[in-house]
Amino acid sequence: MKQLDDSLENLIEIRNLKFSRGHRVIFEGLNLDIKRLENLIEIRNLKFSRGHRVIFEGLNLDIKRGEVTAFMGPSGTGKTTLLRLITRQLIPQEGTIRIGGIDIATLNLAELYQLRQRFGMLFQNGALLTDLNVFENVAFPLREHTKLTNRLIRHVVLTKLHAVGLRGAADMIPSELSGGMARRVALARAMVMDPDILIYDEPFVGLDPISMGVIVRLVRRMNDTLGITSIIVSHDVAEVSTVADCSFLISGGKVAASGSPDELRTAKSELVRQFMHGMADGPVAFHYQAPDYEEQLLGRDAE
Amino acid sequence: MTSVFRDVFNTSVEFVRTFGAFQLFSLRVLRYSPGVLLSRFDLVVKQVFNTGALSLVIIMVCGLFVGGVLGLQGYSNLARFNAEDSIGVFAAFGLIKELGPVITALLFAGRAGTALASEIGLMKATDQLSAMEMMAVNPVPRVLVPRFLGGIIAMPLLVAVFSMIGLFGTHLVAVELLSVDVGAFWQQIQITVDMDDIKEGIFKSLVFGVAASMIAVWEGYNAVPTAEGVGRATTRTVVITAIAVLVFDFMITAVML
Amino acid sequence: MQQTRSVEIGTGLFVLLGMGALFFLTTQTTGGDDFSAEETYSVEARFENIGSLRNRAPVAMSGVTIGRVTNIRFDSVTLEAVVQFVIDSQFDQIPDDSDASILTSGILGSQYIGLQAGGSDTNLEDGSELLFTQSAIVLENLIGKFLVNAGSKDDD
Repeated sequence: MKQLDDSLENLIEIRNLKFSRGHRVIFEGLNLDIKRLENLIEIRNLKFSRGHRVIFEGLNLDIKRGEVTAFMGPSGTGKTTLLRLITRQLIPQEGTIRIGGIDIATLNLAELYQLRQRFGMLFQNGALLTDLNVFENVAFPLREHTKLTNRLIRHVVLTKLHAVGLRGAADMIPSELSGGMARRVALARAMVMDPDILIYDEPFVGLDPISMGVIVRLVRRMNDTLGITSIIVSHDVAEVSTVADCSFLISGGKVAASGSPDELRTAKSELVRQFMHGMADGPVAFHYQAPDYEEQLLGRDAE
Repeated sequence: MTSVFRDVFNTSVEFVRTFGAFQLFSLRVLRYSPGVLLSRFDLVVKQVFNTGALSLVIIMVCGLFVGGVLGLQGYSNLARFNAEDSIGVFAAFGLIKELGPVITALLFAGRAGTALASEIGLMKATDQLSAMEMMAVNPVPRVLVPRFLGGIIAMPLLVAVFSMIGLFGTHLVAVELLSVDVGAFWQQIQITVDMDDIKEGIFKSLVFGVAASMIAVWEGYNAVPTAEGVGRATTRTVVITAIAVLVFDFMITAVML
Repeated sequence: MQQTRSVEIGTGLFVLLGMGALFFLTTQTTGGDDFSAEETYSVEARFENIGSLRNRAPVAMSGVTIGRVTNIRFDSVTLEAVVQFVIDSQFDQIPDDSDASILTSGILGSQYIGLQAGGSDTNLEDGSELLFTQSAIVLENLIGKFLVNAGSKDDD
């Protein structure tokens, strides 16, 4: 059976079509393209708060199919929270999140799990299951969701481990792995079900330059060769610039700026400049809110 | 004054809320239990090993000494009535109906309960549970239920081992050390102890097994996902299990008598 | 694989040991349930006072347990305790005018029913009632009687 190629930009392409009934020509030289939805994920008017703390309000953003999209922003702006909202580990108070045109708030548990099988997620520290070895960790989704034979599972798992360069580590247990290796194993696990969307939560944090380079290259290669859509949450401006097609700078519960890394770097906004160039003071103040310095040092409280 | 009142009120509401949440959580775990028992028995077996087999040594050592103490205490008291022969009965009733189930449950909380709570808490703290969620694997039947069932299966077996070893401990002290007649010792036990007494012990061990495993799993699953939170969860596991076991023990004993 | 193997062996040993312990407890500590007849017949006896006789208390003759109390109830017409007990069918030669008394094993032991053989030609059978009974000796009554006797002696 022939399969639909999901990666093509046009869902239906008609080229130079001619169709006639008897002598009656109905079409001649017809060209028509029906584009697939360009935006894989659409977030509209999102509001989310924890207790009294509003994290997002009126957030809108689109994630294009087949691109590497990055969420950047200062610590504590809720980038990871946004990932959890997109994967519906959290539910927003207001607004909609659509994935492939479906409002994910309407899914029941079975449908949600079906949707999640199309996701692969790389957690900050890998989140490998500590009681299984590397091979079984990568095989875990296959064993849970498919009825493949052991032979086939072995084949698939070794292929994925080979892709991240860790086929030789198959028998190691997670506690023996370095941070970079654990993340690569987790990447192999995230890919093992051939997802449509790969999500990376802070993939560059705490890695040495070599491991970092490896991960950066892997992110790009996975995205391009497998035709998947990637979402990266990070505050490493330099790495994101090399890998992302489009970046969203999130601050104050909204999208403060968006565009390609180059566009962001030359943006005029104070906040964007502070963030992109790593300046200590600016719209995001160096000092946390505090009473007047002089008064506190010399004031009555000290008595 | 009003603030004290408000604190008390808030604490009470929070307590009732936690209690309700625990009930709902228990229902969730119980609902998945039959399915897991049938389709993923391999996972349950692994947990029987983790909770049961690994607790065996501490259970056996403690059982031996508890039995020995029963022998010494029983002897010094019963000897006043010239009833040293009943020492076996004294120890057997104590072990089979009370001390076996209760002490085993307390040791279980200390050895296996804390291990369960910290393991699950760490899985939560290191995003392993979230990762499962993201791989479309529900962690309740995959992680929690096998551990809960493993505890329930292990507990009655541990209690039986504890009681048996305890009786041998009493035997050692009474017969070998204090020269109580061995025939009288076992015959008195056999005449007095009933199948009903053993059933009571098994029933208690099942109830304690459910309580101890459920509390451990709950505390781990609801731990604050930090190192400190996991530590607190393990402490709470021991404290709450101890209270629950003793309260249940009183209620069951009151009903059974 | 080696690891799963040792886990399996450990689990197997643990479960076997646990089962063995359960088996030990059920057989070795209760095996002395010295009355376990398959066929029995039921007999009744009325007592003025049964003391602390309980269900499942033994019924003994010449010190050998031959039966067990199955039911104790109170007859609200005659104001007596009615004790029902079963006797192993192999002991079917017990005269029906035998005497039943409630005795205590040891000074603080539990109470049981002791049968004393009578001289009748007819034997007990299912549904018989023993007519000659002797109530339990209640320590307080005994002491009370003793004190009254002692008191009346002093008056003389």
